[in-house]
Amino acid sequence: MHELAITQSVVDAVCEKAAGRPVHTVTVRVGALTAVVPDSMRFCFDLVTAGTVAEGARLQIEQPGGSGHCRACDTDIPLDGLVLLCPCGSADVRVVSGRELQIVSMKVG
Amino acid sequence: MRIGVPGEEGATPHHPHPPADGRDHAHGGAHGHGHDSHDTHEHGRAGDGDATVTLEQRVLAKNELLAEENRAWLAERGVVAVNLMSSPGSGKTTLLERTVRDLSGRREVAVVEGDQETMLDADRIKRAGCAVVQVNTGAGCHLDAGMVRGALTALRPSPGSLVLVENVGNLVCPALFDLGEQSKVVIISVTEGSDKPLKYPYMFAAADLVLINKIDLLPHVDFDVDQCVRYARSVSPGLRVLTVSATTGEGMDDWYAWVARQYGPDAQAPVAAAR
Repeated sequence: MHELAITQSVVDAVCEKAAGRPVHTVTVRVGALTAVVPDSMRFCFDLVTAGTVAEGARLQIEQPGGSGHCRACDTDIPLDGLVLLCPCGSADVRVVSGRELQIVSMKVG
Repeated sequence: MRIGVPGEEGATPHHPHPPADGRDHAHGGAHGHGHDSHDTHEHGRAGDGDATVTLEQRVLAKNELLAEENRAWLAERGVVAVNLMSSPGSGKTTLLERTVRDLSGRREVAVVEGDQETMLDADRIKRAGCAVVQVNTGAGCHLDAGMVRGALTALRPSPGSLVLVENVGNLVCPALFDLGEQSKVVIISVTEGSDKPLKYPYMFAAADLVLINKIDLLPHVDFDVDQCVRYARSVSPGLRVLTVSATTGEGMDDWYAWVARQYGPDAQAPVAAAR
């Protein structure tokens, strides 16, 4: 379960930046085309924050959808998975968004 | 996580000291701060005294930094590292053993073995005749750049050598972690389903090359190679796919030629002339 390592990275970064202040909310952005499961991340978040300044913090997850650009018909298309097939029949699709995996912000104090 | 060398007692620490050979080890002092804090600022104190801190940083920033350091460290030495990923039982270790034997005398090969537990694969690779370091991840389901950094420091690959990294057998987690390798290879065997690329699209999307292994078994199994290739290219258009049998050797020259090309467009295929 790589979400544990991913969530550990989030909590490490947040605690470093919090510099001892208690963390109340952490907001992350997890694109629809990343191999990261938000529910697993929530589960791991409570485990990983235990005993840190982020213990008890709320995890907010933004989930931007996926989109791609078809090079064959030169149009943007929504993507709900990594099978890159344009309605025009071409599989020559470049992923434009949905692969975000970012720590957006946190509330401390 | 622990790092071990076959035949040696105990384990090497995660971050052993750099080799004491006077070379400037690019990994030194990598735990600096600030590398991933480029966009941090605080603003808008809310009424309850909370401050919102904007981070806008990549979740895997730390791993990516370590991976970049690994990449630089390898490049300085002209070492090519290839990350081999697959589900358990695809024949990855057998393929490695054959690769080590076939390339011996032509290019120095060293192996980083990743597994949750045991030294079994590292012992096999050592018997095949090359330097090997085992990384046991414990509960971890993938290698990360920090583990590979520790393994490289223990392995000390020679300039110009080939480092093959056998990731933990798992078609999900390893796809997310950049190790600093030059390229990622996914191995799938014909005893698995030809629909694997659709079931594990992240892995195939991340791959530079797919090896379809155990093709000597094709007469006995229900595996459609063409369909597997189509599925793989549906998540990664233009993906290179080679069919091989690590048992009979069929197709392995194509794999060695691909490895040779990782050294640059003019590199010679090391084994083609030897057969």
